[in-house]
Amino acid sequence: EEPHGAAPVDFLQELPSCQSARRRRGGTQERRPALRGTASSRGAAARELLPERGELPHRPAREHPDCMAEKRRMRNSQQAKTEQLSRWKKWKRASSKSLKKALSEVKGLSSYLVLWRHDIHSIEGKFGTGIQSYFSFLRFLVLLNFIIFILMFSFVTLPTIISKYGIFNSTIAYISPKNIEDICTIYEPNGNKGLVYFYTYLKDLLSGTGFLEVTSLFYGYYSIDAVWISIMRYNLPLAYLLATFAYLALSFLWIIKRSVEGFKHNLVHDADPFQSYCNKVFAGWDFCITDPHAARLKHRSLQYELQMDLQEEKLKQKIAERRMEEKLRIYSLRIFINIIVIAILSGCFYSIYRVTVFSQENSSVSIRNDTRTDLVNLLVQYLPSIVITLANFIGPLIFSFLIRFEDYTPAFEIKLTLLRCVFVRLANIGVLLFSLWSQISDCGSDKCKPCGYNYKLYPCWESDVGQEMYKLMIFDFIVILAVALFMDFPRKLLVTHCSCKLVQWFGHKEFEISDNVLEIIYGQTICWIGAFFSPLLPAIATIKYFIIFYIKKIVLIHTRKPAARPIRASSSNFFFLVVLLIGLLLAFIPLGVSIARIPSSKACGPFRNFNTSWEVIPDTILKFPTGLQQVLFGMASEAFAVPFFVILCIIMFYVIALARAHKRVVEQLREQLVLESRDKTFLIRKIAEAQ
Amino acid sequence: EEGSGAMGGSASLIPRDLLGEYQELTFLSKQEILLAYKRFSELLPKEERENACSARVPKSQILTLPELRANPFQHRICHVFSTSENRDDMSFEDFLDMLSVFSDSATSDIKSHYAFRIFDFDDDGTLDRKDLEQLVNCLTGQGEESQLSSAEMEQLIQNILEESDIDKDGTINLSEFQHVVSRSPDFASSFKIVL
Repeated sequence: EEPHGAAPVDFLQELPSCQSARRRRGGTQERRPALRGTASSRGAAARELLPERGELPHRPAREHPDCMAEKRRMRNSQQAKTEQLSRWKKWKRASSKSLKKALSEVKGLSSYLVLWRHDIHSIEGKFGTGIQSYFSFLRFLVLLNFIIFILMFSFVTLPTIISKYGIFNSTIAYISPKNIEDICTIYEPNGNKGLVYFYTYLKDLLSGTGFLEVTSLFYGYYSIDAVWISIMRYNLPLAYLLATFAYLALSFLWIIKRSVEGFKHNLVHDADPFQSYCNKVFAGWDFCITDPHAARLKHRSLQYELQMDLQEEKLKQKIAERRMEEKLRIYSLRIFINIIVIAILSGCFYSIYRVTVFSQENSSVSIRNDTRTDLVNLLVQYLPSIVITLANFIGPLIFSFLIRFEDYTPAFEIKLTLLRCVFVRLANIGVLLFSLWSQISDCGSDKCKPCGYNYKLYPCWESDVGQEMYKLMIFDFIVILAVALFMDFPRKLLVTHCSCKLVQWFGHKEFEISDNVLEIIYGQTICWIGAFFSPLLPAIATIKYFIIFYIKKIVLIHTRKPAARPIRASSSNFFFLVVLLIGLLLAFIPLGVSIARIPSSKACGPFRNFNTSWEVIPDTILKFPTGLQQVLFGMASEAFAVPFFVILCIIMFYVIALARAHKRVVEQLREQLVLESRDKTFLIRKIAEAQ
Repeated sequence: EEGSGAMGGSASLIPRDLLGEYQELTFLSKQEILLAYKRFSELLPKEERENACSARVPKSQILTLPELRANPFQHRICHVFSTSENRDDMSFEDFLDMLSVFSDSATSDIKSHYAFRIFDFDDDGTLDRKDLEQLVNCLTGQGEESQLSSAEMEQLIQNILEESDIDKDGTINLSEFQHVVSRSPDFASSFKIVL
């Protein structure tokens, strides 16, 4: 804590640690003409003292923090040195150099192929990296959905279409069903044959019934057991199931890879890296901002954020000093509010369940005569989507109102509200699916004795589930369009042109990143669940997100008011990917239940001849050679799984213990550094006194 | 931002071996160097545009670039990257150096090194309390009402020093700065300028 002013400065310049830091910095002295004479000679002297000079790793010249002239000199001296090396080493260096050059050329060219590069760059310049991370996330989802679509299309849809039209000399093989009652195999979808009114097409387009039901959009189209392409046999059921697993695994791995990429920081330190003051101050300013207006907004938001954080710290101290009665009061209040939240959630879920049951029982597709009935019919079909969207809209409002009473710190308030909103959105989909299944497996009065599911109402239940997912997706898209057109733009016009006080107080709409992100993650979860029941759904999702990018960009540019609390790129990226991962893991559950538990429909689809969709795999394994079979069954048995689990636990404990030991060493070294620094200033003071 | 027609014209003004050398000595790609050349020569008066490679542009002109004009650290950036005696003008090579450090592919080592130099307002090799105070004022904006109160500033600087000053001498030297920035997740994405 002794100020350096107490000790003469040139003493400190001569310390070996200072010299080595300066040597690492390289030509710093070239940029400081005042010290040029003394310092460079000192630097030269230091270089003679320190033996590491000769063993400096071959750092390319451009990684030296120097001006161009210095770097040129360094490169020439490096080249002079390589002349002395053996021929092998020379060739190695030259080839690695040319390889690096080729790679950078390829990288330069491939940067042109990146989608929306210019748009995202201009958004970054006007609004900073926080909002830019939202648009990069959208771009990632477009690409992900496109790849999933290519996967499903090439392995499932393409062979089916090829065989149905007989291209490449292909034929379809139908295996006659065994041990299945005939009554389960009756399935007559209305293909809208004959003369129909135009609005029937529109209605079918919106609800996935009628002519859409028999296209390759839905599961029912793929009622094929195998495809023969000249002499090769293509097992379509197996391909369907494996393509499903493949797209789930691909999404999982890609998300994990992205979250690790942008998140390289040390987990050894206890403090939260996103909330550290150093992060906010040293990395606070987005150097890519080009717009003066955006810069003003950024200044204000930085000031606001720093002040909020300082206040929050004081609040934390106050909380730590709370008395016992205070604590009891607050905890009981929190429990009470959580009970209210749970009650609201249960109300939501119950209403979704009832509405789904009502919609399934009362929507009938075959009535075409009366327009009015058709519209009402459409409304009834969309009722679950409407109720879910209402719940998704009202829930967050109630949560943000209630959390004020719970007396948390502002940062924790935001996190908890976000968590609750995420839960509401994702759980709503789960409840919808659960209510659908309860209908499908409704075995009340022996309705599903022959086939294992309610075959009268749902001869092809997978197509029905696919239709529900399709309706959810279309309705979600319509809602986003409608909100942008009918709420954001009129609001902006009103605020700009009408100067009455009430309207001005209402103000511009802020671009709330978290709400927008939850919206698109909700859509993505629907896509993941629905892609099994409707293989072309990812294509619709790709187009949907493509259009949403432009809508959101236009809304942002015209309403132009980023949120008051600044969003940081790294923490938002991490947040998006974590919530997306939660959505993916939640999507595994309904898919797992559909594939493994519920009997597949016997009237349509590639799994007609199996009890459940999963049965394809054990069936295929039984056709493998016995050796391989034994290995695979061995891997799935307890004799293998338990020791594997135990070994994993041991490795995990070892790694945790290692991390703890490292942490202790880091703490000790820090303490030592502090002591050394104190020793240093003490000794310097003594020397100065002695002089 | 890049037109192939303009590129064709400016490509003939940088000799190929010089272009290769710049590619080797900076983190910029060929297209980025040519674009930088184009933007740099636009800052010069018409007569001097022919030998832009050896011309020097005064600071006032450099600060009209959109990438720098909204930046609160604009003066420090020019000061750090300039190689002239008075540190008030930049040559094309200084300009390339600057873009190289701020590019996407620069190592975090180089970025943190130059960030330290930029934040070191009094050029004494360490970040002391006065430097940090000036830094925070730059961040929150110029003007009386946008600055933190002195109590808040004290608290903030105390927190920063607590997090980053390892040897507890009241200042942040280069290695401490590089250490704390390497654990900062936002640094790489915010310390970036792309033309």
